[in-house]
Amino acid sequence: MAVATPPAVELRGLTKQFGSVLANAGVNLRVEPGTIHGVIGENGAGKSTTMKMLYGIFPPDAGEIFVRGKKRIWKSPADAIAAGIGMVHQHFMLAGPYSALDNILLGAEPVRLGIIERKKARAHLETLARQYGLPVNLNQPVERLPVGVQQRVEILKLLFRDATILILDEPTAVLTPQETQGLFRHLKKLRDEGKTILLITHKLKEVMSITDRVTVLRDGRVTGEMPTARTNPQELANLMVGRKVVLSIDVPPSCPREGTALQVESLALAGVAGSRHKLADVNFAVKHGEIVGMAGIEGNGQSELLQAILHPRESRCRTSGAVRVLGQDVTTWHASRIRELGVAVIPEDRQHEGLLLERPVSENFLLGLQRSPAFSYAGFLRAAHVERTAAQAVDEYDVRPRELTIRAGQLSGGNQQKLIVAREFQRKPGLLIAAQPTRGVDVGAIEFIHNRIVRARDEGAGVLLISFELDDVLTLSDRILVMYEGRIVAEFLRGQVAERELGLKMAGS
Amino acid sequence: MRKLLQPVLAVVVGLALGLSFTWFAGENPWHVLRILGQSAFGSGYDLGMTLFYSTPLIFTGLAVAVPFQAGLFNIGAEGQLTLGALAAAVVGALWPRLPWPLAPVLAGLAALLVGTLWGAIPGWLRARRGSHEVINTIMLNFIAAGLASYVTLYLFQSPDTQNPETRAIGTGYLIHQFAIFGGAPVSTALPLAVITAFLMWVLLWRTVIGYEMRAVGQSESAARAAGIDAARVRILSMAIAGGLAGLVGVGEVLGNAGKFRLGFSPEYGFIGIAVALLGRNQPAGVVAAALLFGALHKGAADLDLETEHVTREVSLILEALIILSVSAEGLWSWMRRRGPS
Repeated sequence: MAVATPPAVELRGLTKQFGSVLANAGVNLRVEPGTIHGVIGENGAGKSTTMKMLYGIFPPDAGEIFVRGKKRIWKSPADAIAAGIGMVHQHFMLAGPYSALDNILLGAEPVRLGIIERKKARAHLETLARQYGLPVNLNQPVERLPVGVQQRVEILKLLFRDATILILDEPTAVLTPQETQGLFRHLKKLRDEGKTILLITHKLKEVMSITDRVTVLRDGRVTGEMPTARTNPQELANLMVGRKVVLSIDVPPSCPREGTALQVESLALAGVAGSRHKLADVNFAVKHGEIVGMAGIEGNGQSELLQAILHPRESRCRTSGAVRVLGQDVTTWHASRIRELGVAVIPEDRQHEGLLLERPVSENFLLGLQRSPAFSYAGFLRAAHVERTAAQAVDEYDVRPRELTIRAGQLSGGNQQKLIVAREFQRKPGLLIAAQPTRGVDVGAIEFIHNRIVRARDEGAGVLLISFELDDVLTLSDRILVMYEGRIVAEFLRGQVAERELGLKMAGS
Repeated sequence: MRKLLQPVLAVVVGLALGLSFTWFAGENPWHVLRILGQSAFGSGYDLGMTLFYSTPLIFTGLAVAVPFQAGLFNIGAEGQLTLGALAAAVVGALWPRLPWPLAPVLAGLAALLVGTLWGAIPGWLRARRGSHEVINTIMLNFIAAGLASYVTLYLFQSPDTQNPETRAIGTGYLIHQFAIFGGAPVSTALPLAVITAFLMWVLLWRTVIGYEMRAVGQSESAARAAGIDAARVRILSMAIAGGLAGLVGVGEVLGNAGKFRLGFSPEYGFIGIAVALLGRNQPAGVVAAALLFGALHKGAADLDLETEHVTREVSLILEALIILSVSAEGLWSWMRRRGPS
């Protein structure tokens, strides 16, 4: 009789309440050793709460944690680390100016006679890096390493502490497609070397491509658990959202109308010598009634292009070239005047550029609209009217909770994005600029936002879509432009290009 | 309700701490408290002096609170009020024969204008040149003090006294003093301060400009993305702040001294920072906090005389403990909001 190996991690009936919110309601989870186990769910489904209890950040109100068959009660993460559990947080916990080596040693310094044994640690780390295929320059200050390498440093940190169970919280949120591929190779290698990996994510594609088993959470409960091979993205999405979700909407072909909504002519940004922050001879136009998708890997000039269109007057945004919006040459205009033409913007970074996180929903609804005659009169705000319109919009755009006094920072990512969409569409846009419209947004909201963008197009707006998510670009765009190192290097019509070819163009070949 | 309760609680805790400190100094805390209360509110005159001290604190508290809403920290109220008061006195000395009510209006406008300009300088430096307003306002305080000395001593020195004061302003400039306060110099400046506070509330919470100021204060990047000209908003906020501080000159020059006295301000500009902090940077809160600090200031002045061991310095410690406890309370509620996510 073979002795059954106990599961690497088993959670039984884990429950946690924050105030009136039941974050976890009896979560059961069983992770076999030597596997990659996906934990998937929408924002606020309770994934992070579960993992924080497993990692000892806070104790469960009820329920039990077993590690390799032994019941455990953590007093702090230190206990969990000692038991071989490690966690890579979504936002890395690294000290920027310190070298990779010092970051890894921090808190676990091998000390002999009061002196840190750097040499021995370095040798050990180099062995680990070779064994798991995680090359890192240990001498570089971490802040100068690319994000993908910083993540490797985080993983090495766990390996150095002899972690055998690795928790990765949304590890791909900050990575480019290439870096994501690299990470997945590392994770497979780690699994093959016997580590157990818990992958927390809300991206269905990732779960499908790398995990062995998957657990779905919704509203703090487990709604499904199965081997990845026996499920499909549609089933997982339905389990996550609790209703049938349309994963990829059918976009009817566009009928571009007369007139251009946006015309960019020989736009250039010199940038500092040697930096990637430049634009060179960017020319394109967006017609009314069409969606133009701008594909490209992050950092190839997309942010600069956005700034050059929206703040053309500022010299750090544009060196030469012209921008025409809705028939007007706006090159010397101030940003607010451009927006008043009827330009709606879904900003790249909604937390920093789209919202006042500490202010209530109603004030966020007003942001950028405060001077429009609908909401102010002779310099005074029409407060009652703002409240009324905001309430209507929150209703129409399904922002939850439907509460105008709640702070924007308390909304989930998807609902923050819906609030921004609701606000921007108040302008009845002639031009919509949507940057990363689905970044960090859950599947239900992605469907909603895609539909709204298509509807804006059908009502005659020109849409410029800038996204690192190829799915967005391929699903929505009537035309696709590829940006690489500050230039537009390729153009395709809808259906003319496959994901693979697009990926190659994005990588500059 | 809670929002109101917490600062009140903080004041109570600070006062308790301060009183227990006087106990260590060898006084009966109950006795100290009674003296404080009596000295601040005991008679019409005492109440009047409390209100007299509170008036400039309302202006300087607002001068800190309003730019704070726009994300700027104005440490320059002291300099702004010095030059504002000087401007009022200079107008009064140059044209002493102007009739009431033209005269005080003109002098008040001069105080407002000079304060506004002096406040706009660090605003401009921050918005266009990127140099920090905290440093610049501190430096401008020294420059203002130097300028005021020069103008007073070399251009307008009163020949009747050895004190560094300007010539007396014309009688047409003097504003109404309320008789019910037994001779305490409570003038029309007090209602002016309260009305100004109300106007600032309207500005911040009911106008487009106020909304833009608060948006810039919350998140400059979001305000910029929304098309708000953050630089303009910054300059404007600091200009308003300077004007508010400059209005201190109305009470001091037109309502009290009838001239500019070098060093008349017991650091109203700096106490204004504490007033704004305690008042949560809200105009109504500033008025309430200014009354409290006015009372403390008046009360503490008498502690020295009426008790054996409590000196002027100990009463300063009392004030400091209240400020500390208020800021600790602010920190505490801030930390709770960032709590478990």
